[in-house]
Amino acid sequence: MAIASISVVESPRVLYALRRADDALILGHRLSEWCGHAPMLEEDMAFANMGLDLIGQARELYTYAARLEDAGNDEDKYAYLRDVRQYRNLLLVEQPNGDFARTILRQLFYSAFADPYWRAMMASKDETLAAIAAKSEKESAYHLRHVSEWTIRLGDGTEESHRRAQTAVEDLWAFTGELFHTDAVEAALIADGIAVDPESLRQRWTDTVTNVLRTATLTVPSNGWMQKGGRSGHHSEHLGHLLSELQSMQRTFPNATW
Amino acid sequence: MVSAADHMSDLRQLAWDVAAQVVDPEIPVLTIADLGVLRDVTVRDGDVEVTITPTYSGCPAMNMIALEIELALAREGIANAKVRTVLSPAWTTDWMTEQGRRKLKDYGIAPPQAGAGRRALFGEQQVACPQCGSTETEVLSEFGSTSCKALWRCKACREPFDYFRCH
Repeated sequence: MAIASISVVESPRVLYALRRADDALILGHRLSEWCGHAPMLEEDMAFANMGLDLIGQARELYTYAARLEDAGNDEDKYAYLRDVRQYRNLLLVEQPNGDFARTILRQLFYSAFADPYWRAMMASKDETLAAIAAKSEKESAYHLRHVSEWTIRLGDGTEESHRRAQTAVEDLWAFTGELFHTDAVEAALIADGIAVDPESLRQRWTDTVTNVLRTATLTVPSNGWMQKGGRSGHHSEHLGHLLSELQSMQRTFPNATW
Repeated sequence: MVSAADHMSDLRQLAWDVAAQVVDPEIPVLTIADLGVLRDVTVRDGDVEVTITPTYSGCPAMNMIALEIELALAREGIANAKVRTVLSPAWTTDWMTEQGRRKLKDYGIAPPQAGAGRRALFGEQQVACPQCGSTETEVLSEFGSTSCKALWRCKACREPFDYFRCH
């Protein structure tokens, strides 16, 4: 017997926290899918560790959202008992792992944003968000360095690795525009000094990504049409499949604990 | 006669000493005091509250540490102690004590370098081998057996070793 989804009262700050928490959880879950399958032991450990960092960030953000919402929800309920349309993550992070190159490029596009984003968020007027940022910033910087090196190794590697890396760049590029998404809700938080205007990070992101891709002898796509929808719950078909796995235990055995 | 204030301060000291002995389950030579994870102990109306701060965001040792603190206090007759986790200010490896760094090195883990500032994206770093002290070392794997470690190798004595990453 399946258990019903929770309802969430998304005040501006709760929504803001859930969006970032969902990014971290979904990307962390994707990385965890590599566990035991990566092409070499070192990278198996790398993906598992990066996933652990991200899921840790998600837990802190969910816990913060639960305290703000004050409606009896908690980190587990947010993760396990919301349906696809209630998830607020970027479309980028839910894209399937594909081959090794695709996972590395997805991580590059995300981390190149997360690194300066969390650094800027350390100055948030919200003390909890600033504290979460101080931790996440160091982790994101480490992730960025790791996947940047791998992007270069793959792009400037063999003909085959170059081809796969370039294909990944092109396939994922349309999802990068959403990194800079804002709406009226976030604009108010930005004005109050609680959130960071992602537009202020665009140049930094572009410089990092362009520099890494060029060093990797990969072609930087021109900025064409960009896909969006994740922030308001309009997801690609992949998220539902991901959640069916992530949530199956709680949906099947409600309130099961370890 | 012992005043209530003295009693409270004795209780606080006892609780601190007991909590300070709790070790990291992943690196059992390090206590949470060595790590800088133990922040504060307060006594209010006879109830003890221990404040700790998490290391890495996803470090699974934190739940274990909180439980170990409660158990250690209970063994000393301090019941109903609460463990509170605070995020701010964020933990850094710079809070690891000198004694903690020495213990790590003796255990065979290269301690984090002081001044955990941001490294350049492709910056080089020098880590001394905990076995022979040589700085002729190289990274084998940037991620290791726990979220706080990387795997390195010494080119002088050929021994692989764990490096406690700066954070």
